[in-house]
Amino acid sequence: MAKVIEGLYYSESHEYVKIEGEYGYVGITDYAQDQLGNVVYVDMPEVDDEVTAGEEFGAVESVKAASDLISPVSGTVVEINEELEDAPELVNKDAFANWIMKVKLSDPAEVEALMDVAAYEAICH
Amino acid sequence: MNKTYYGKLIFELSKPGRTGYSLPESTMRNHSMDELPSALLREKPLGLPEVDELTAVRHYTNMSNNNFGVDTGFYPLGSCTMKYNPKINEEMAALKGFTNLHPAQCECTTQGALELYWEVQRTLSEIAGLSAFTLNPYAGAHGELTGLMVIRKYHEMRGDTGRTKIIVPDSAHGTNPASAAVCGLQIVQVKSTADGTVDVEDLKPLLGDDIAGMMMTNPNTLGIFEKKIPEIARLVHECGGLMYYDGANLNPMLGVCRPGDMGFDVMHINLHKTFSTPHGGGGPGSGPVGVRAGLEEYLPNPQVVKNADGSFSIRMNEQSLGAVSPLFGNYAVVVRAYAYLLSLGKENVPLAGKLSVLNANYIKECLKEYYKLPIDGLCKHEFVFDGLREEYGGDHHDAGHVTTLDVAKRLLDYGFHAPTIYFPLLFHEAMMIEPTETESKDTLDEFIEVMKTIAIEARDNRELLKTAPHSTPVRRLDDVKAVKEPKFTFAML
Amino acid sequence: MSYKYFPHTQQDISEMLKVIGVGSLEELYAEIPEELKFVGELDMPSAKSEIEVREIIEGMAARNKQLVCFAGCGTYNHYTPSVIPYIASRSEFSTSYTPYQAEISQGTLQYIFEYQSMMAELTGLEISNASMYDGATATAEAMMMCVAAAKKRRKVLISSTFNPDVLRVVRTYAKYHGVELVEVPAKDGVTDKAAINELLAGGDVAGVMVAQPNYFGNIEDFSGLADACHAEKALLVINSVASALGVLKSPGEWGADIACGDAQSLGIPMGYGGPYIGYLCTTSALIRKMPGRLVGATTDAEGKRCFVLTMQAREQHIRREKATSNICTAQGFMCLYVASYLSLMGPKGLREVNQLSYEAAHYLQDALIGTGAFEKVHEVPFLNEFTLRYTGKTPLNELRKKLTAEGYLAGVVANEAEQLVVFAATEQNSQQQIDAFVAAVAKLV
Repeated sequence: MAKVIEGLYYSESHEYVKIEGEYGYVGITDYAQDQLGNVVYVDMPEVDDEVTAGEEFGAVESVKAASDLISPVSGTVVEINEELEDAPELVNKDAFANWIMKVKLSDPAEVEALMDVAAYEAICH
Repeated sequence: MNKTYYGKLIFELSKPGRTGYSLPESTMRNHSMDELPSALLREKPLGLPEVDELTAVRHYTNMSNNNFGVDTGFYPLGSCTMKYNPKINEEMAALKGFTNLHPAQCECTTQGALELYWEVQRTLSEIAGLSAFTLNPYAGAHGELTGLMVIRKYHEMRGDTGRTKIIVPDSAHGTNPASAAVCGLQIVQVKSTADGTVDVEDLKPLLGDDIAGMMMTNPNTLGIFEKKIPEIARLVHECGGLMYYDGANLNPMLGVCRPGDMGFDVMHINLHKTFSTPHGGGGPGSGPVGVRAGLEEYLPNPQVVKNADGSFSIRMNEQSLGAVSPLFGNYAVVVRAYAYLLSLGKENVPLAGKLSVLNANYIKECLKEYYKLPIDGLCKHEFVFDGLREEYGGDHHDAGHVTTLDVAKRLLDYGFHAPTIYFPLLFHEAMMIEPTETESKDTLDEFIEVMKTIAIEARDNRELLKTAPHSTPVRRLDDVKAVKEPKFTFAML
Repeated sequence: MSYKYFPHTQQDISEMLKVIGVGSLEELYAEIPEELKFVGELDMPSAKSEIEVREIIEGMAARNKQLVCFAGCGTYNHYTPSVIPYIASRSEFSTSYTPYQAEISQGTLQYIFEYQSMMAELTGLEISNASMYDGATATAEAMMMCVAAAKKRRKVLISSTFNPDVLRVVRTYAKYHGVELVEVPAKDGVTDKAAINELLAGGDVAGVMVAQPNYFGNIEDFSGLADACHAEKALLVINSVASALGVLKSPGEWGADIACGDAQSLGIPMGYGGPYIGYLCTTSALIRKMPGRLVGATTDAEGKRCFVLTMQAREQHIRREKATSNICTAQGFMCLYVASYLSLMGPKGLREVNQLSYEAAHYLQDALIGTGAFEKVHEVPFLNEFTLRYTGKTPLNELRKKLTAEGYLAGVVANEAEQLVVFAATEQNSQQQIDAFVAAVAKLV
């Protein structure tokens, strides 16, 4: 059973966002990393890029699959997880500790449209 | 398969001072490259190998011994139609009267070449039940792109510019949506029903005045004939769209059922699948595109036409969609296909299709007790198993279950090529088997026995499969390393 | 019904049908509605014996005329060492498919790896794919790479000094792919760099594509071009005749991001236009935007070095409509041609081919000008291809027709109105041959 964490918000496309003040840390869930298998590359946005909730902001690649990353929130990218450039496998090790981008939220209320743990667990079977 | 591993690179056989060529003595010494301004010349020395002729010949010969082809053994790679490649085709394609022609030569000096091209256009039109063909596209995917351009051109010429979407079944080859994207079309996916065919009820609400057309293959990627094709074609035509036939699966339909008669407007054929030209390690192929009456003018330039006096001309047509190749695509591949068409003739073309269907159904019936057959019933030239049955180690609830990849790798040990695996995406453990008509019952029986043996091994000796292959020149490869520590050239090693 | 490509005996068929549970071959198609079935006989010739097939096709080949070639324009009459067709005819290579099962495809994977290494050397860039059909479509793929890398920009500049055959193909792709292709004018036989700079200043250009040597055979000087492109965040694409890269400054040395073109000049027969192979090379920064198959090195379970198709997450079978391209070809057979050609020729041979071609082309140019019916149009250095203006009395078309009758392919007309003809020569054109050709020209002009 894939790991989930209380207090985060989840999207149907298996991204999570962890809110800290006016910022959100976005990554893929443990379930998503498990489905993908060995992650070999994370295509990340650049700092200062604008992202929009529901739109693509990058991709994760395993050897035989690739999956678009859909942003759960809107805002400006203020930081990316540079560690993933050299060690994308960290996503497999701990998907929640290894977020992909940090976003300054333009509309913090958007997270209300996302799922909580219980709702998310129900869609991961 | 020769077990001996030969892993040297030609660069590693190089020694400065060795020569593998001979050229005539220079006699026109009025000029030399030394005249060229040095700013235009390469500075970095060229890191190419230096070898003598025998070293090169032995190197590539040893490498070929580490390769498996149709001439080596059974190659049931689904969706690829790995039939026998007749040798007369090669002899004909190598004739100097073709290979020495420069594309800029006047058509008055290439009448024979144009006649051959025209004959293939005509014969394919007859086999497909369509009006005209171009042989210019270089490959199947290139044919798809060309065919989609024809569809867009058709709408453009009618001033119908809002048709920006194309419908593609969820079971389609990946090239279909990829070609549509290159052609600037948005993809709308239509679902399959439980029997693996297009869900007409799911299709209906997708149709509208933004639909340029629909891409299908029939039989589909599961090897199942889409019986509702007349209704689907009618619905798409009623909404103003055109029907595109992906000819990847044309082989079983030869002489039995023609795409044009099924209601398709545009299609491509893979000469390297259906018409026996060698796959060449992945290319060059050839992807002729055919169209129904009314669309001929839109085919790419240049076009070959037959004149009233029986001569042949190259024409540039104003109404054409444009050009997808400078001249006539992979001409030598067309020559091979012509040799094949002549050899088979009208008597044997339909037989090829029927025997391919016979072979596929025979394997399916003999193995369905061992491998999961998700959709029962008659298949056409190919069919899909969804991995091993539960009782033979295929239970996916069991974390260490034997996968399709394991079966595929074990097949290599027994001297067979593996089927296409993990496609179509409709099933988790897909294993797509296409035997083609050129394989004998004896070969199929050997393959069936081996597949049964592997199923029993999967039940009784899982580890043997998990670590397969054992007797190939190299063992299972680390493909994660290949991506994570990428090395694409000798210089990077 | 016994036929040489079908191994089934009547008894085999009966036994197999019985296992399947149907009564006849026709019954295998029972589910197909009758009205869809083809009735009658296909309108095509009857089966021919091998003797007849030979007779028919050899007859067609004989109705073509093989000319002494003084034309290039994308197809060059370079020599093919006899070893190459011999190696390529090994059916372990030719009857295999894309090397999906790496354990039994090391031959294919290894020669593709060699091909990639050699093309990277020639172009001076890090990575080469192995999937392009020809130079024209490789250029179109390079254009699409530019817009994919730029994300929001859709404008690509292309020099009008490109071969018009290539331009036609690139224009077609641009139209359907939604790329705004802007043609940069030529000045004195080379790309007008001032015009490029002006267009770049707009800040909306995804890529700039130039050709080397260009259609007229002229060697262009791209000094400063890469910096100008990069300053405006545009990629630089250089399309070169592959053989010429043996001596000319490489795209990598010019600072290009993408090198593309046709590799026919590396030992592939002219073959009436195909099959050839296109090449496409780039930097590692752009690898995930690159179309087509890539082979990489890895190790097997026992630690042996081996090769495998890699970085497949870019490709159509995984990414579908999001793929970098729809290409699935691995132009294997032609990679083998190029790899074995470059193995035999080596750096020295490639230089010698260029030197001999250079000498022949310059000798030819001098001789044609010497007839008094041709004059130079551009004062630009060239390798083995050059453009002259025809000034003779006999109309140009008539002259070329007569020369055809005498067995010569007298260049390619680049511009009818301006009477421009592009000639080429290679190491296969001897002095005697050139002398005879020029004598024939002199007699007819």
